[in-house]
Amino acid sequence: MRRKVVEVAAPALLLIAVAVVGSVLSSGLQFQALSILVTAAIVVSMYVFIGNSGVLSFGHISFVALGAFGAGLATAPAAVKPTTFPALLPALANMEIGNIPSLAMAAAVGGLFALLVGIPIMRLSGLSAGIATFAVLIITNNVLRNWEAIGPGAKTLSLIPTTTSFLQATIGALLVVAVAFTYQRSRWGRMLRAAREDPAAARSVGIDIRAQRLIAFTLSGALAGFSGGLLVHLLGSINTQQVFLDLTFITLAMLVIGGIGSLWGAVVGAVLISGVNSLLAEAERGMGLFGVAVQVPSGTRLIAVGAVMLVVLAWRPDGITGSEEISWWRRWREEPVGELSSSGE
Amino acid sequence: MTTTLQVVVDALALGALFAVVALGITLLFGVMRMVNFAYGELITAAAYALVLTKALSVPLRVGAAIAVALVMAVLMDLALRPFRSSSPTTSLIATFALSFLLQNVAVLGFGTQGTAMDFLPALNQAIALGDLRIRWITVVSLVAGAAILSAVALLLKRTDIGLQMRAAAADFTTARILGVRANRVITFAFLLTGLLAGLVTLVLGVQRPLVTPSFGFNFLVPALVGVVVGGMDRLVAGTLGGFFVGFATVILGQVLPAGTRVFLNSALFALVIIVLLVRPKGLFVSEQREYERV
Repeated sequence: MRRKVVEVAAPALLLIAVAVVGSVLSSGLQFQALSILVTAAIVVSMYVFIGNSGVLSFGHISFVALGAFGAGLATAPAAVKPTTFPALLPALANMEIGNIPSLAMAAAVGGLFALLVGIPIMRLSGLSAGIATFAVLIITNNVLRNWEAIGPGAKTLSLIPTTTSFLQATIGALLVVAVAFTYQRSRWGRMLRAAREDPAAARSVGIDIRAQRLIAFTLSGALAGFSGGLLVHLLGSINTQQVFLDLTFITLAMLVIGGIGSLWGAVVGAVLISGVNSLLAEAERGMGLFGVAVQVPSGTRLIAVGAVMLVVLAWRPDGITGSEEISWWRRWREEPVGELSSSGE
Repeated sequence: MTTTLQVVVDALALGALFAVVALGITLLFGVMRMVNFAYGELITAAAYALVLTKALSVPLRVGAAIAVALVMAVLMDLALRPFRSSSPTTSLIATFALSFLLQNVAVLGFGTQGTAMDFLPALNQAIALGDLRIRWITVVSLVAGAAILSAVALLLKRTDIGLQMRAAAADFTTARILGVRANRVITFAFLLTGLLAGLVTLVLGVQRPLVTPSFGFNFLVPALVGVVVGGMDRLVAGTLGGFFVGFATVILGQVLPAGTRVFLNSALFALVIIVLLVRPKGLFVSEQREYERV
C-alpha cells in the first residue's frame, strides 16, 4: 500500500517542485518552468500508450496538435476570426468558449481522433506500428496545414487567451499523472501490461490485445489532446510546424531517456530533458550564468538531446530509471522490463 | 498528346531517382532489419559538399560529394553499431534520433536558410524533340537511374559480396552460420548506400538547387513510403515501390485538380497505412512465401 502511494506521490511532488521553484524565478525562466510542466503532461500521455503497450507511436503529437488547434480556435475572439481566417467554417469562426470547456473539448477531440485512427492501426505492432503512426503524424500535419475550413492553415493562430498559469499547468499535469496512474493500476492497464510482457500468454488467458491497445490509445489520445490545450493556452499563438516533427522527436527522446516502461521514468525524463532543453534554449538566445555571458549557437539544443538519446538507447535501453516505478527501498532486479530491449515482434 | 508524353517522361525520371534512394533503404533493411531514417542525411551531407566546393572544377566536386557521402556512411555504420542486435523498433527510434541530430549539426554549420549549390545549372535547359521539351537533367536522371540500378543488380547477381548480401538479406542468421561475415556485409551495404546517396545528390543538386538542413529528410520520407508500399523484405519490390511513388507523384500532381494537390502527401501516407493493414509484406511481393515463417 505504501509503495502504491509513493509511485504516484513521487512524480506528483517532482512536478509540484518544478512549479514552486519556477514561480519564484524571473519571468523568462517562469515561462520555461511552465513549459516543463506542459511538456511533462504531453510525455506522460504518450507513456499511457507507449509505455503500457510496448508499441511505438510517432503519432501522438498529432493528437496534441488537434487538441491545441481545437482549444485555440474555440477560445480565440470570435470578433476577429472571420476576418483573419475567411475560409473557416462558420461554426468554428463564431465559437468562443471559456478556458475550462476548451480544455475539455481538446481532450474530446484528441480522444476521438485517436479512437478513429486506432481502430485500424491497433492491429499492427513493432516496426509496422511505428511507420503507420508516423504516417498519421504526416497526414494530420498535411491536412491541418492546407484545409483552411477547419483551422488557420499555414498561418499562425494568435490572440489565444494565455490562461495556462502555474495553477493551471500544475493542476493539468497532475491530472494527467493521476489518470495515467489510475489506468496502469486498473484491470485494463494490467491486462495491457501483461500483453506487453508476453503476448502469447496474455492471449491464452483471454486478453483481447487489440481491444486493450485501442482503449489505451484512445485514453492516451485524449490526454495528449488535453495537454495540447494546455500548450496552446501557454503559448497564446500556434502554427502547425510547432506541433510536428521537432516536438515528436523531443518528447520521444524524453520518454526514452527517462525510461519508456514506467510513469516515474516518463516524468523524470520530461523534467530532466525539458529542463536541459529550456536552459540551452535560453543559452541559444544568450543569457547570463553566474555573471558570465553564455551564448551557444542555435541547433546545439537538439544536438545535445539527440546525442543523449542515442547513448541511452544504446547502453541503457530501459532509460535512466530502468523503467521501474520508484519505491521506498531499492530493488535490484536482474530482468529487464523488456519491451525495448527485447524484440518487439 | 505531347503534354501526356512530357508528363510521363518527367514521371519516369523522378521515379528512377526515387528507385535509387529506395534501393539504398531496402538494401540496408535487408541486411540489418533497420529502417534508416538518417539515410536522408547522407544526401544532405553530399549536397553541402557541393556547396562548399563551388569554386572547384566539376569532376572534383563530384568526387567530393561522393567521398563525403561514403565517409558519412562509414561513420553512420559505426554510430549505429550498438543497435545491431536491437529490435527493429529500437533501431527505428535510434535512426530517428540520429537523423535529428545530424539535421541540427547542419543547422549549426549552415543555418536554416537554403544555400545554393550552383551545380551544373546548364543542365536545366531544355532540348526540343519535336514538340517535346525535355530538360537535360531529366535525360541524365533517367539514364543514370537505369545505369545505377543495372550496376547494382549485376553486383548483387555476379559478385561474391553481392551473393553474400543477398543471402544476408534473405536470412541473416543462416547466412552467418554458412560463413558470411556479418561485419563485412553490413559495412559494404553502408558503403553501397552511401555511394547511391552521393549519386542521387548529383542529380538532385541540379534539379533542386537550394539545400536546407532537411533537404535529404524531405526526399527520404516519400522514398520510405515507396519502400513500405512496395515491400521492404525484397530488394526488387522495395525498389519498384520507390519508383512507383516517384512516378505517381508526378502523374497525380498533373491529374489532380489544383485545390487538392496539396493533399497529395496525405493520400500517399494513407496508402502506406492501407498497405500495412491489407498487405503487410508489400504490394509487389507475392503472398505464397508464407510457409517460410517460423
